[in-house]
Amino acid sequence: MSFLSCLISGISLGSVYAIIALGYTMVYGIAKMLNFAHGDIIMVGAFTAFTIVSSLGMPSMMGVLAAIILCTALGVTVERIAYKPLRGASSLAVLITAIGVSYFLQNVVLLIFGPNPKKFQSVVTLPGLKLAGGELSISAVTIVTVITCLLVMAVLTTFINRTKMGQAMLAVSEDRGAATLMGINVNGTIALTFAIGSALAAVAGVLYCSAYDTLTPYIGSMPGIKAFVAAVFGGIGSIPGAFIGGIVMGIIEQMTKKYISSQLADAIVFAVLIIVLLVRPTGLLGRKIHEKV
Amino acid sequence: MKKILSLGLAAVLAASLTACGGSSSSETTTAAAAETEAAAEETEAAEDAPAEAADSDAAFKIGMIGPLTGGAAAYGLGVRNAAELAIAEVNAAGGINGYQVEYSAQDDEHDAEKCVNAYNTLKDWGMQMLIGAVTSKPCIAVSAETAADNMFQITPSGSAVECIAEDNVFRVCFSDPDQGKASAQYIADNNLATKIGVIYDSSTEYSTGILESFQAEAEAQGLEIVAEEAFTADNATDFSVQIDNCREAGAELMFMPFYYTEASTVLKQCADKDYKPIFFGVDGMDGILTVENFDASLAEGVMLLTPFSADEDSSKDFVEAYQAAYGEVPNQFAADAYDAVYAIKAAAEQANVTPDMEISDICEAMKVAMTEITIDGLTGTGMTWNASGEPEKAPKAAMIVDGAYVMQ
Repeated sequence: MSFLSCLISGISLGSVYAIIALGYTMVYGIAKMLNFAHGDIIMVGAFTAFTIVSSLGMPSMMGVLAAIILCTALGVTVERIAYKPLRGASSLAVLITAIGVSYFLQNVVLLIFGPNPKKFQSVVTLPGLKLAGGELSISAVTIVTVITCLLVMAVLTTFINRTKMGQAMLAVSEDRGAATLMGINVNGTIALTFAIGSALAAVAGVLYCSAYDTLTPYIGSMPGIKAFVAAVFGGIGSIPGAFIGGIVMGIIEQMTKKYISSQLADAIVFAVLIIVLLVRPTGLLGRKIHEKV
Repeated sequence: MKKILSLGLAAVLAASLTACGGSSSSETTTAAAAETEAAAEETEAAEDAPAEAADSDAAFKIGMIGPLTGGAAAYGLGVRNAAELAIAEVNAAGGINGYQVEYSAQDDEHDAEKCVNAYNTLKDWGMQMLIGAVTSKPCIAVSAETAADNMFQITPSGSAVECIAEDNVFRVCFSDPDQGKASAQYIADNNLATKIGVIYDSSTEYSTGILESFQAEAEAQGLEIVAEEAFTADNATDFSVQIDNCREAGAELMFMPFYYTEASTVLKQCADKDYKPIFFGVDGMDGILTVENFDASLAEGVMLLTPFSADEDSSKDFVEAYQAAYGEVPNQFAADAYDAVYAIKAAAEQANVTPDMEISDICEAMKVAMTEITIDGLTGTGMTWNASGEPEKAPKAAMIVDGAYVMQ
């Protein structure tokens, strides 16, 4: 019984990592850059929803919608101002800029909302599932998160494989120069990628804070890193990989806490990552790219 | 077009750089001028015995460092405001030894490195005595600096043992071991429970320090610790496994020696799991009711070891003044800071120090005087200090009832 309960809590934690990882992997897969500010866009999404729902008293769906709109706009703006001018620069420069954007967002939110932690009201008000006389409980947020993950995965995969814009994205990710020669608007495609990634971040933010209710300007950073690890674990760039990576990481983390040591949870999660990367450098579902010499 | 833009940006940057350089150099000159002035005054003071009239505009400069932003800001803001309030009162009542007190507060964001930076900023300002730092880690870092400068330091709430390892540092709150020990004693004396589950933050000295002394005292008192579960600052969102382990081990009381931000999450997750042990926290739990949008019913019945309650009769005047000035109910950290200011006042008057003395001489005089004074403060009556800097007062516990702290 305790094993099952641990498994469920692992899935619930993992589903949150998974939904964040989807955004990460999407942006990395297409734009080939690590958007370290992704975690902070999640935080902005959560704060937007918090303001709309708790401070202005509007229905929670309005909060989610507002978060998506604001985050999409924010993602595109950040890309336009901070990343686009560096398109030709080394990937290190872009990475540092992304870290800068991350701190910038944290401090702007700190300035507006202040440092005191806030309690986020879950947007999922349905009761959870209780099995075996209350000993096993699956919260409604977990169910909604997993379903959202699967839905997002299906939609993204269809979008990329079946639409013209999706194909353009694939082309940009394969070879930016060749895509330009083929008449693909590379900048537009990357901006669209950021728009989608940021919209996903907004959804992830709302679901993350519904599951773990504390809201501070710093909540984005650690889950952001964990989700990044999950994305690498599953094979960065691969959409199903991000989902599987997230869930597996959540389960490993909770199992470690339960059966090995609650202190070592993070250490073991990251150790597993190293082992996976040693054995399969492209991650679980990553594609092997053969460079032609 | 782009070139013009980047040139413009470069020009702006260059201008701002020169501006920075300019202002800092001018600051140094004023500071240097002030130093020569102070030196001149000193020689004057040495020549004339009644020096007070000569430098009636001299003032004590007391600095404060604490987290004014970030996750621990509720503590830092409480300390900053209460110290400001107490200093205003002291000034209104004629100051310390007839000298007014100037006050400056700096933010450390609960970060050791930023705390040392803040200390250097305050030193440039001319600080003579330091109230702070508010949280343990930064306090330990800054105490090494104050010891090197031999500057008098009193921390309202730095409770790690090492905070006052240097002999120029004193504190108002209990040390972590004292809190852990007092908690175990309190639980045993009041027969709250015999099977105890502990969740602690293994990434802070604060939490592990309390845990260690709690374990030792619990054993001595015949309490059984059935589960001992850790989390870290980077892994403080999901406590379900830790909570499950406590429940399966049959814990009747959950000891929570960590800060209120995490505590609010633990309480929520326990409620989601319908698990209702007695929750027992320490001073870090104080502040949980200030979390915005927090469902106070989750904290109903939570007990915490705290020396101060805003609802006590003895703290009424302070609470009213604080509320009038800052619009909220002061927490225990604020009370500690208020007492710290009055401890400084009492010791400075006992030692008869004046603002024109060297920082190091003030410190030497204050170190002796601190062990001689007795204060009736908000956080205890008849408080005294020993030479190691530790306060001596009786522990008290409070319970949260209907969203307010009620002393037990």
